[in-house]
Amino acid sequence: MEKIKLTIDNREVEVLKGTTILDAAKSMGIRIPTLCHMKLEDLNYENNPGACRICVVEIEGRRNLAPSCKMECTEGMVVRTHTPRVMNARKTVMELILSNHPAGCLTCSSNGYCELQTIAHDLGIREIRYQGEQSTFEIDRSPSIVRNMNKCIMCRRCETMCNSIQTVGALTAVHRGFNAAVSTAFERDIAGSTCSYCGQCVSVCPVNALSGRNTQQPVLDALADPTKIVIAQTAPAVRTALGRDFGCEPGTLVTGKMVSALRQLGFDYVFDTDFAADLTIMEEGTELLQRLGKYLSGDQEVKIPMMTSCCPGWVSFVEQHFPELRDNLSTAKSPQQMFGAIAKSYFAEKLGVDRKNVVVVSIMPCLAKKYEASRPEFAVEGNPDVDISIYTRELARLIRYANINFNELPDSDFDHPLGESTGAGVIFGTTGGVIEAACRTAYELYTRKPLEKIEFKELRGLEGIRSGTINFDGVPVKIGIAHGLGNARKLVEEVKSGKSPYHVIEVMACPGGCIGGGGQPFHQGRMDVLRKRAAALYNEDENKPIRKSHENPYIQQLYKEYLGEPCGPKAHKLLHTHYFDRKEVVNMFLETDKNE
Amino acid sequence: MEKIHLPQSKIKELQAVCKEHDNDSGELINILHAAQEIFGYLPREVQEIVASELHIPVSRVYGVVTFYSFFTMTPKGKYPISVCLGTACYVRGAEKVLDEFQRQLEIKVGETTLDGLFSLDCLRCVGACGLAPVVTIGGKVYGRITPEKVRDILSEYYIREE
Repeated sequence: MEKIKLTIDNREVEVLKGTTILDAAKSMGIRIPTLCHMKLEDLNYENNPGACRICVVEIEGRRNLAPSCKMECTEGMVVRTHTPRVMNARKTVMELILSNHPAGCLTCSSNGYCELQTIAHDLGIREIRYQGEQSTFEIDRSPSIVRNMNKCIMCRRCETMCNSIQTVGALTAVHRGFNAAVSTAFERDIAGSTCSYCGQCVSVCPVNALSGRNTQQPVLDALADPTKIVIAQTAPAVRTALGRDFGCEPGTLVTGKMVSALRQLGFDYVFDTDFAADLTIMEEGTELLQRLGKYLSGDQEVKIPMMTSCCPGWVSFVEQHFPELRDNLSTAKSPQQMFGAIAKSYFAEKLGVDRKNVVVVSIMPCLAKKYEASRPEFAVEGNPDVDISIYTRELARLIRYANINFNELPDSDFDHPLGESTGAGVIFGTTGGVIEAACRTAYELYTRKPLEKIEFKELRGLEGIRSGTINFDGVPVKIGIAHGLGNARKLVEEVKSGKSPYHVIEVMACPGGCIGGGGQPFHQGRMDVLRKRAAALYNEDENKPIRKSHENPYIQQLYKEYLGEPCGPKAHKLLHTHYFDRKEVVNMFLETDKNE
Repeated sequence: MEKIHLPQSKIKELQAVCKEHDNDSGELINILHAAQEIFGYLPREVQEIVASELHIPVSRVYGVVTFYSFFTMTPKGKYPISVCLGTACYVRGAEKVLDEFQRQLEIKVGETTLDGLFSLDCLRCVGACGLAPVVTIGGKVYGRITPEKVRDILSEYYIREE
């Protein structure tokens, strides 16, 4: 490809034709501030509407300043990135943005993580010379996501994420000029839109216009209530990312410190969602074998491929966009909900307490889990199986709130019996992990032979769509894996058109799987961070003495003492669920009209 | 939001328009123009049909509808009134004329009277500056309008309706 030479800040650089000034500068270690621009390199997406004008630079021989995120380099170009004229323009732009941005940084949940705040600080903004009209949008609170358009700077990263990457199509820019906002179709609340609560919009919001619903206070209230037994369950992906908020390198495993911190916060029992992941494998793996058995014996009714159901963002996506395929979803509840159901039945009975006095708090990498926990079918007489779900960043805030010196904490172990997990439960947190864990168990249950190789490396990786075939003693089981809902949509379209080659499909709504969840410390689309988080999980798996779910002694005990058989009547009642058609109502309207 | 019953024949007409444009989402604006022609406005139901025909999220359709001032989600009156606020009309008192229409009809710009007879909009220059200020009602052009003439013009239509 053709190369181009140009000069940036008195230094020569050679770049490929088509490179933007922003990228050329970045390759030389020159940082040009950006707000609306977002390059998710490994996801192959770029959001560059050229809207904010913070990245302007001066080009010799050009009358106007140029937005470096849009402007391509040309031969012999001479660029200066921080002349007085550039800096003045940036300051003016920033002051204009700030003139319609609430100044409540101290009480904002993004305080310290806000890109607008950082750039304003770097530009040395000390006063805002402009006073004008201020937006007065109402705040939209859904179970998972809060939308406060008064803070929005119209970078439209969320819109790119929601539409181009996740293909959910919930968010869109509406109206124009000063009235422009990111909203939903017909400006409904998020809760009334096609939002699947994956939370990836929150992950990319540079400010706090989109944020996770904050439920720290109810946790603190429960911990302070002496009549309540408060139980924590921690999802696998949390331990790979929590350390990031305390200065650890990406992918540092902080399992032991996390457990200590939770105990110090006052949780009565610190358990592991990984235990429930093992339980999920028992149920989902058994269900897969049952479906496959029927399918191979010629049953036309059975729904194949079976699709995993651990990810609530994905489940919502199916219910809203592909309700006709909802019976392809495994009926097994997600690990979060299985944990809640067991904690409030088996464990509460063991303790001899009423489920109403047990408070289950889940710590998740996810915003959709909040919504999932609030679904009415996951409650008994109005008492939810999971009372409160908080995400990784919220746990970090709670740890700070309680003045716990996280990095100095000793490591400690989870409590028993719901804290014991196998390596299979651990890898649930990354794309491909659920299906690998399922294969480890399903293979042995089906063939009644021990696996020669525990690891199914062919199912690993961060490619958006992957596939593999696992030989179950002469029966080739075809597996499809997708992460990110845009990729998932491609696999689902195949299922819909009857052309899917797979027997089972694993989907995680967020790019990377739970390790890249909407509730995790922000990774800015950097796949190297996700790779490190995934490696941390595979590492924990390798170091576990037991690596297959069905060999977890506490799982075996649970079935023996309480549940009976996997997919048996009691297991079905407690650990399985059903799905709904949540497609837009207008389609029903069209149907009735056609019947005239 | 109240549901609106769309006539089947018009839905078919709209679906045919989408087909003429190969159900191509790049033709969204042209299709919305045609849709507004067919239905007179673009209620939610029409946007839903367009979205499903073009296989795009309805949020995107709604974004475009709210961006362009030409598109409207409120039904127009039987007699749509447009007051020109172009430069020539404006300097010759079009704003006072507009105010008078708002007062007489008890609606604001962009709204439709409760009886569905009149809707009120403004536009920029109809190319009849010699007649400024200009008002159009349906296809009819009224020139050199003063606030005093507004009542007479409206009664023309009220009489016609009786």
